[in-house]
Amino acid sequence: MFDGLDAIVLARAQFAFTMSFHIVFPAFSIGLASYLAVLEGLWLWTGREVFLNLFNYWLKIFAIAFGMGVVSGVVMSYQFGTNWATFADKTGPVLGPLMAYEVLTAFFLEAGFLGVMLFGLKKVGPRLHFLATLMVAIGTLISAFWILSANSWMQTPAGYAINDAGQFIATDWWKLIFNPSFPYRLVHMVLAAYLTTALVVGGVGAFHLLRDPKRESARVMFSMAMWMATIVAPIQILAGDQHGLNTLEHQPAKVMAMEGHYQSHPDGAPLLLFGLPDQKNARVDYAIGIPKLSSLILKHSLDAPLKGLDTVPRENWPPVPVVFWSFRVMVGLGFLMMGLGLLSLWLRWRGRIYDYRPLHYFAMTMGPSGFVAVLAGWFTTEVGRQPFTVYGLLRTTDSASPLATPAVASSLIAFVIVYFLLFTAGIVYILRLMAAPPHSGEEGPRGDAPSHAAGITPASGAANYAQR
Amino acid sequence: MDQVSTIATVWAFIIAFAVFVYVVMDGFDLGLGILFPLFPKKEDRDVMMNSVAPVWDGNETWLVLGGGGLFAAFPLAYAVLMPALYTPIVAMLLGLVFRGVAFEFRWRSQRERNRWDIAFAGGSLVAALAQGIALGAILQGVQVANRAYAGGWWDWLTPFSILTGIAVVIGYCLLGATWLVMKTTDHLREKAYRLSWWLLFAMLGAIGAVSLATPFLDVEYARRWFAWPNLLFTAPVPIAVAAVTALLLQSLARRQDYRPFVLSLVLFALSYAGLGISMYPYIVPRSITIWQAAAPVESQLFMLVGVSILVPIILIYTAWAYWVFRGKVDPQSGYH
Repeated sequence: MFDGLDAIVLARAQFAFTMSFHIVFPAFSIGLASYLAVLEGLWLWTGREVFLNLFNYWLKIFAIAFGMGVVSGVVMSYQFGTNWATFADKTGPVLGPLMAYEVLTAFFLEAGFLGVMLFGLKKVGPRLHFLATLMVAIGTLISAFWILSANSWMQTPAGYAINDAGQFIATDWWKLIFNPSFPYRLVHMVLAAYLTTALVVGGVGAFHLLRDPKRESARVMFSMAMWMATIVAPIQILAGDQHGLNTLEHQPAKVMAMEGHYQSHPDGAPLLLFGLPDQKNARVDYAIGIPKLSSLILKHSLDAPLKGLDTVPRENWPPVPVVFWSFRVMVGLGFLMMGLGLLSLWLRWRGRIYDYRPLHYFAMTMGPSGFVAVLAGWFTTEVGRQPFTVYGLLRTTDSASPLATPAVASSLIAFVIVYFLLFTAGIVYILRLMAAPPHSGEEGPRGDAPSHAAGITPASGAANYAQR
Repeated sequence: MDQVSTIATVWAFIIAFAVFVYVVMDGFDLGLGILFPLFPKKEDRDVMMNSVAPVWDGNETWLVLGGGGLFAAFPLAYAVLMPALYTPIVAMLLGLVFRGVAFEFRWRSQRERNRWDIAFAGGSLVAALAQGIALGAILQGVQVANRAYAGGWWDWLTPFSILTGIAVVIGYCLLGATWLVMKTTDHLREKAYRLSWWLLFAMLGAIGAVSLATPFLDVEYARRWFAWPNLLFTAPVPIAVAAVTALLLQSLARRQDYRPFVLSLVLFALSYAGLGISMYPYIVPRSITIWQAAAPVESQLFMLVGVSILVPIILIYTAWAYWVFRGKVDPQSGYH
């Protein structure tokens, strides 16, 4: 079955598979943790029961998503060693500290306060509970900070030297952490997480509005989600554009692959909307493009020359078809998201946002689109980094462990089976929770809400908790 | 010892501390999972799971710190040990995945609850066994050449590693049973008491077996334990084990709530200290010392700043989380 596949290809497949499964959950829980903090804050501030109901509703979903993120994340922290030992030995002194700081400043914070957030409302009261929710939300953002710094360093290494043992060592931690692509990647990813969550919340809200347009909880969450889509989607497109310009400066080959530019264009490069890249013959078949637009976007001039992959040694080419298409999927979805946001804004202005059914169908269809866009974006940037693990410095083929093919193959099969089994179940449970509308007196993950929440205010709620 | 070596030694203790905190914290919740099949009633299982649900996530984070810290502070050891322990590590991770998701999944479906109970128990058992096997595989030494693992992918599997695997499972079960004594009431607590007796004797047998086997794995271990004047430092360990065992028997006989768990933790600490004496100063026994494996001093110093500030803070809020959920689990909470 694995004839002709070597251990490195299998190790890459394993990393790509476990990482793709993992990234979906943090992307969701980063956004959802912040959303939960906003909901609880609004409940404390306004005393409106609908916010508490929504909080408990999304908290149950958060618990499942967070759990899946944790267990798939523990796998990641060991995979550098099992399959990528040479990489681990060489980059450990540089990347290890960033990940250690992620554990110390983020993972412990999230995990330490998660128990209180999930089960502790009655035990600690609303205010301390809100603090726990905030800590979890802040923890998810700190986690994004460190892991994206580590990833960005692999894309645009800075602040390092190489020692006698062939290891990367830090010469300037500040430059290393805030390496050239990090600020752009951090903004782009955190916005992606927020947008992804907004689309999920919006999709669920739309689903319940379609069944009952008068339902207050559905209206509130749909409206909040559409505000997010309206505001964040255009900002995200701008941030993505800036990130692309940064990539052009530091990883030109990746942009060439994204654009499908095998050849250099001395006087204005076209923007390809469609095409089938043929890596072997270095050309894009059936290309449909807009002349000179790529030069306009990347160089802000119609006739600016753009270099192609013909200026890059062939052994340094990333696999263009994957990068080309995943980039288009991401950008296409981004514009659809902006379209959803603008449509909802217009309907809001016309007072039709809660009863214009096509909008709700549109929002429901877009519900999972954030996850697809996130994955496509990561495929673009990670596959675009190939054939290196540390861009320009350490080749993927020189990064792997001395491993027997059967060992990697059997662990890959085990991961695939287990992940599909378990995460399918998890997604089914999440969808079941989403299928029921948030109702009055909504309970937390262990039935931890007050039994009669009707008319509850934070103050009377606090009194209730004190009595229990 | 120069400054660079001192920092490396400090880091070895930090990693050892993280692993120890992991072992004692996740130890009891893994042990509780392994004991699940002995408690067939749904209500009992609800209580058992709720006794660890608020804290298991934090407990597991120490494993990430252990792994991540090893990667950061001793990248060479990480790069050698992970491929050497490939199969047990992957098995442990998959076991942890199963039991981790069971914490949430089991409450989401009446019909499939039994399935997630099996996942919880099975995952806990596999994870504990794999950790014990990994420990044994490290103690017996791994082949190294050119800064990389040079052995085969079945080298970890020996009678000795199986023995340590079983020992860790038994030890975790003891922690789980005494945790239940502390956190539950009525018939659940009674059963946990009875189990604690049996598990304590099994644990002593396991400690004895591993202690007898370890010094004969390698000349170095025997010399370290029995040569004069080392004996001055090593002799107190078995004596302390005997003393703690006596106290533990007494507290079980007196049916105390907290002390059996605390004393079981002390028993773990002593066994752990014994292992530390055997290994030091090697991080990969017989091949790589902590100084050879150490990351450049810039990296270790940079992290040391963070660790010395953040770990105390982490310990404080972790303690707070335990404090919030202190005392016996109320069987009424957590019902649907």
